[in-house]
Amino acid sequence: MDRFDLAIIGAGPAGMAAAREAADHGLRVVLLDEQARAGGQIYRDVDRVTGLRGDILGADYTDGARLTARLRAEGVRHIIGAVVWAIEEGFRLSYTREGRGAQLAADRVLLATGALERPMPLPGWTLPGVMTAGAGQILLKQSGLLARRAVLVGSGPLLYLIAAQMVRAGVPPLAMVETQTRADMARAMRHLGGAVRGWSYLAKGIGLLAEITRARVPRYRAATGIAIDGEGRAEAVRFTSRGRAQRIACDTVLLHHGVVPNTQAARSLGVTHRWRADQACFAPVLDTWGGADVPGVFIAGDGGGIGGAKAAEHAGRLAALRIAECAGRLTEADRDRRAVPLRSALSRELAARPFLDTAYPPVAEALSPADATIICRCEEVAAGTIRGHAKLGCLGPNQAKAFGRAGMGPCQGRYCGLTVTALLAEANGRSPDETGYYRIRPPLKPVTLGELAAMEDTAPDSAEQERAT
Amino acid sequence: MNPALPFLELEAAPRVPVIFDGTALELPEGANLAAALLAAGVGVFRQTPVSGAPRAPFCMMGACFDCLVEIDGVVRQACMVEVTVGLEIRKPHGGDLGPV
Repeated sequence: MDRFDLAIIGAGPAGMAAAREAADHGLRVVLLDEQARAGGQIYRDVDRVTGLRGDILGADYTDGARLTARLRAEGVRHIIGAVVWAIEEGFRLSYTREGRGAQLAADRVLLATGALERPMPLPGWTLPGVMTAGAGQILLKQSGLLARRAVLVGSGPLLYLIAAQMVRAGVPPLAMVETQTRADMARAMRHLGGAVRGWSYLAKGIGLLAEITRARVPRYRAATGIAIDGEGRAEAVRFTSRGRAQRIACDTVLLHHGVVPNTQAARSLGVTHRWRADQACFAPVLDTWGGADVPGVFIAGDGGGIGGAKAAEHAGRLAALRIAECAGRLTEADRDRRAVPLRSALSRELAARPFLDTAYPPVAEALSPADATIICRCEEVAAGTIRGHAKLGCLGPNQAKAFGRAGMGPCQGRYCGLTVTALLAEANGRSPDETGYYRIRPPLKPVTLGELAAMEDTAPDSAEQERAT
Repeated sequence: MNPALPFLELEAAPRVPVIFDGTALELPEGANLAAALLAAGVGVFRQTPVSGAPRAPFCMMGACFDCLVEIDGVVRQACMVEVTVGLEIRKPHGGDLGPV
């Protein structure tokens, strides 16, 4: 089995930056990623994007090519198309690639698995034609596709970015159905100092809003009672805004109310997670270098708490410095000296977060959906069923699985876990931390028997054989 | 480009024949299969095993498993597959998704 000083999972900004930094300090680094090209979701397929698509996506996106270029330099083994499904202490990583299982070993592991869209269970959200806003972004980045008749629903800066990109492409959204209120903005004002320190985010946001306004995209604010109508597919979005009922016919609905850390791999390793009230999600407990409470496990980027692509890059490099020091490739003094500019850049990147998180809070009616709304897409479990479990004494998500299969489908709770925690916490009058989250066990992604049968030979590699003779 | 289709395609690419659920389609070679099917006007990828409800891609990043299709008897996420010539794609009928 190939052995590395460091295995990094995820080739987004955190993973790419960490791989470069660690390799520059002489570590043998392997970078595993599910996609065929580096970039993560934020810089998905950035190396293949040229011309019009790049202009539509904008400079913040094309800037990702800076990281993918450095990745191609010496010292990093980048395994593409690798779906990691088990990480065992030691560490042994099992993954599938091109229909075959394979394994490798590493002294340390850096999880750079990024974020998932916050689950947004609204009536009709399982209908074909309803997608996450992130999915809309991926369709544009990777495939050059834009929805012709789309309504954007939810809250947060990403909605404005997508709307502006659609305007640039000549297919503006039919409407933006936004849930944030004037009261949210008033509350956000006490974080204005941070927003001013992270002024570039504000400036960009103002620019995007100007593009949307110039294109006369209708914006409905403080929307409530949102539902997606349709027979067999999305046909319209229904809601109430400023006291008036609205119904907008469309083919595509893009949902977004923030992103949350993808904690699956970290949880499978037993890393402690705590509820972060400011971001309304669970995040792993980390030291200032991204070190988790399981020795040898590090987490960088949005998987450790939402900070965005630039913050992820700095956090990835910080973790790599600490890992290089642990591996004896850097002195503590050297590590600390190199960390100084990274820490100040990271703090600048995070400065605007409290303002943004408060001004664009999650959609209340998706955090506590109506009884009839499906919350587990895989097993088609409704919110009322989970509330019913609570009445029968169900205290946590793992018990809820036994009561009614929520979280037991192939997505393994990725798009229902936070909702189940929220529903049980609310019904039982307990905190999210007391309520807990699904226990995540390998396989992290489904593995077929065929893939296991085709497992590559895991005999010692040539280097180990040489040492043995 | 057919303006009746729900997606605008910014760029044209060489196409190869595939079959989806018995229908012949021409999709861009090397493209993301889920994206290519959406662009070709495929609105429903599968029916759920629980209620038979129609589903189509939701996350496009390999996390939600709503875009499951069956290729060569194996149930796979269409958003994690590239278009190759002659792909025979079916709606999944309880194929080998392996131990979950």
